[in-house]
Amino acid sequence: MIKEFRLPDLGEGLTESEILSWKVAVGDTVALNQVIAEVETAKAVVELPSPFAGVITALHEQPGTVVEVGKPIVSFEVEGDDGGPSTGGGQAPAGAAKREPNLVGYGAVVESSGRPARRARAFAAPVETAAPAAPVVEPVETRTPAAPVVERVETPAPAERPRSTPPVRKLAKDLGVELTAVTGTGTGGLITRDDVRNFVGGGDLPAAARALAGAGEGTAAAGGRETRTPIKGVRKLTAAAMVSSAFTAPHATEFLTVDVTPTMELLARLKASRAFEGFKLTPLTLVAKALLIALRRQPSLNSRWDEANQEIVQFNYVNLGIAAATPRGLTVPNIKDADRMSLTELSTALTALTETARAGKTSPAELSGGTVSITNIGVFGIDAGTPILNPGEAAILAMGAVRKMPWEYKDEVALRQVMTLSLSFDHRLVDGEQGSRFLADIGAILADPGMVLAMV
Amino acid sequence: MFTDELGQGGNAAGGPDNSAGHHSGTGESRVQLITPGGERVSHPQYDAWVRDVTDEQLGSLYEDMVVIRRIDTEATALQRQGELGLWPPLLGQEASQVGSARALRDDDFVFSSYRENGVAYCRGVDLADILTVWRGNASSGWDPYTVNMATPQIIIGAQTLHATGYAMGIQNDGADSVAITYFGDGATSEGDVNEAMVFAASFQSPVIFFCQNNHWAISEPVRLQSHIRIADRASGFGIPSVQVDGNDVLAVMAATREAIERARHGGGPTFIEAVTYRMGPHTTADDPTRYRDANELEDWAAKDPIARVKGLLERKGLLTEQLEAQVAAKADAVARELRAGCINMPDPQPLDIFKHVYSTPNSWLDRQEDHYSRYLASFGDPEGANSEEGAR
Repeated sequence: MIKEFRLPDLGEGLTESEILSWKVAVGDTVALNQVIAEVETAKAVVELPSPFAGVITALHEQPGTVVEVGKPIVSFEVEGDDGGPSTGGGQAPAGAAKREPNLVGYGAVVESSGRPARRARAFAAPVETAAPAAPVVEPVETRTPAAPVVERVETPAPAERPRSTPPVRKLAKDLGVELTAVTGTGTGGLITRDDVRNFVGGGDLPAAARALAGAGEGTAAAGGRETRTPIKGVRKLTAAAMVSSAFTAPHATEFLTVDVTPTMELLARLKASRAFEGFKLTPLTLVAKALLIALRRQPSLNSRWDEANQEIVQFNYVNLGIAAATPRGLTVPNIKDADRMSLTELSTALTALTETARAGKTSPAELSGGTVSITNIGVFGIDAGTPILNPGEAAILAMGAVRKMPWEYKDEVALRQVMTLSLSFDHRLVDGEQGSRFLADIGAILADPGMVLAMV
Repeated sequence: MFTDELGQGGNAAGGPDNSAGHHSGTGESRVQLITPGGERVSHPQYDAWVRDVTDEQLGSLYEDMVVIRRIDTEATALQRQGELGLWPPLLGQEASQVGSARALRDDDFVFSSYRENGVAYCRGVDLADILTVWRGNASSGWDPYTVNMATPQIIIGAQTLHATGYAMGIQNDGADSVAITYFGDGATSEGDVNEAMVFAASFQSPVIFFCQNNHWAISEPVRLQSHIRIADRASGFGIPSVQVDGNDVLAVMAATREAIERARHGGGPTFIEAVTYRMGPHTTADDPTRYRDANELEDWAAKDPIARVKGLLERKGLLTEQLEAQVAAKADAVARELRAGCINMPDPQPLDIFKHVYSTPNSWLDRQEDHYSRYLASFGDPEGANSEEGAR
């Protein structure tokens, strides 16, 4: 028989969760408690264990969608109906009355349970008289009507306030929406958040678009000219960090375009050498190494402005941050004590860091404590820009794309591999002199890796 | 000798030192009888307290620890499957719970917090009863007097007062049983716990304060709670204390037995700090990766309480295939029973709410019940009531 698994409330009082990924596919045979999905709630990323042993027959939601608690997310073909623990799940037996049991993790039943006839809300004097059924002692109430609890007295009542919930009224107020103008689509004409959002977004939407709106993704009215996306998650954190950095640390940015042909040749030689077999060497590896070497000569680029204590913190170690574009947004995990690493160690650490970041498994420890950062905008084909400092750091280097360009080479014009470096630094900590020397050092190393001999 | 960031020699990371230099007379090194590698090490004072533990009993301690870990994972899965509203995992604290609970007599009384589901198992609480509250089916799980364990206290530290009061009652009765109360490192900062310790010391009541220092009060690390060892807080109250390796089931049992013996013979209260680690989240609604380092978890995984007993059994040649199979079968059976008990738990009836308010008949309550039952009856057929809303 087919059993459905409905999304439970995975925290305390959560109403929705986002499906991050499915760990199973249609047709897979799963065991009880086998992990079938990864789900992100407002509180945590959790794994969902399968409530049944059986075969997956349908996955109802795509990864990336925000699903309301109580919605079916996956269906199973479960053998027989032996009532044993493996076929549990507390579902209403097939063919039972429409009224579903109110499962623990799903909040209150919204539609299916009976409720007394709802009285119209009125602002004017009471227009109805209710009497409790058959009071035994109260002397005032004398009538004892049977089933109908509410008697309606027909008097012209003022316009009823449209039915909605307090958070929805708050939302409407925030968006400047008059609720009387909105058509409710919820139970008994209840105005939902989506109704309000759709009203703002420009009228009625097709069901698919409404589902999208409910999913917390961009709300695009069909043919609309604006898309509204709630600010949340990593985007929100990134924004806060950027604003705090941009408006507290006075940024200065310098650019240097370098002929990196010798570095690219070195990279090719290293890749071919036995010592680096199995290591993933990229231009980033060598730029990182060059930065670490240059940093020794200009330690002020590796420091922090401690406003609270009115102190400058000079780091005697380097935790090298690498800006990483992950599926969940920008993160800047860092490599601890990168200055003590050999080139192979650095390469291994970079590979591990990017893989962890892409998998979205970066730990808080890896994200905190950075002292200086690199952002590789070259992978997007970009040459230069003004990078914004990772909060609490004094410098960030953006490496541009390596391009073949006509360039001066031995007093002639030749086709060379050229890269632009952009360095932003906190001008409170670093003067133009140190910043310039630092950038020039990195450029010198990349233009002629042999220069390292003169620096270390 | 294993150490961690709270051990002798202090905190290498440079945070507030939790041990060095603040030792009172009671502050001695942490009691350990089994190393993380599973080696039995001798202790001049505490060996005697577990000398009678037979090989078979060691095997059964191992079994209990494996079983409660299984209860914990099964309940966590049930929560993720929408069958429980919430669950507070005990992963990593198995030795602290089993070692202490198994030291108790049937007539001793337990006052626990919400995380002592392993203790409840050892006391013989019915498996489904452990889940009743977490499923939201009742506001209380079991009859405390059938197993001499109060139902879990959610308010942090309040149970220490209950335990102390009960222990004062034991004194009045002239009995030789004891009360034991379980709480965490965070609770030691609560007023209730401090008040309970004042009373326990003043009246020399037979109560054991069993603190599982699992290092995290939700997201608050223990080093922010106390600048001295938690165990050393007790000396300020005049209560003897001991710090034990909470991931070492024998050390926990030895320390608990010593405290129980003292309490039974008029020696008054004892404070035990079992240093352990909450390897899971605070509850299923918590995400510990947001506030703690993955490396810390790794360090503690290396000190796993179950792996340790397993190691000891192996060294002694007791870890037979038969024992492994028996333990696995027991854990499987318990998990099945727990799941079935949870899923098949009957829904509470609306009028049940009137059942456990007064122990004797009460006319006011009877009238409320009467009104409420007629109110419920007014719905009639739920389908009909819904579809004809407003029509009458």
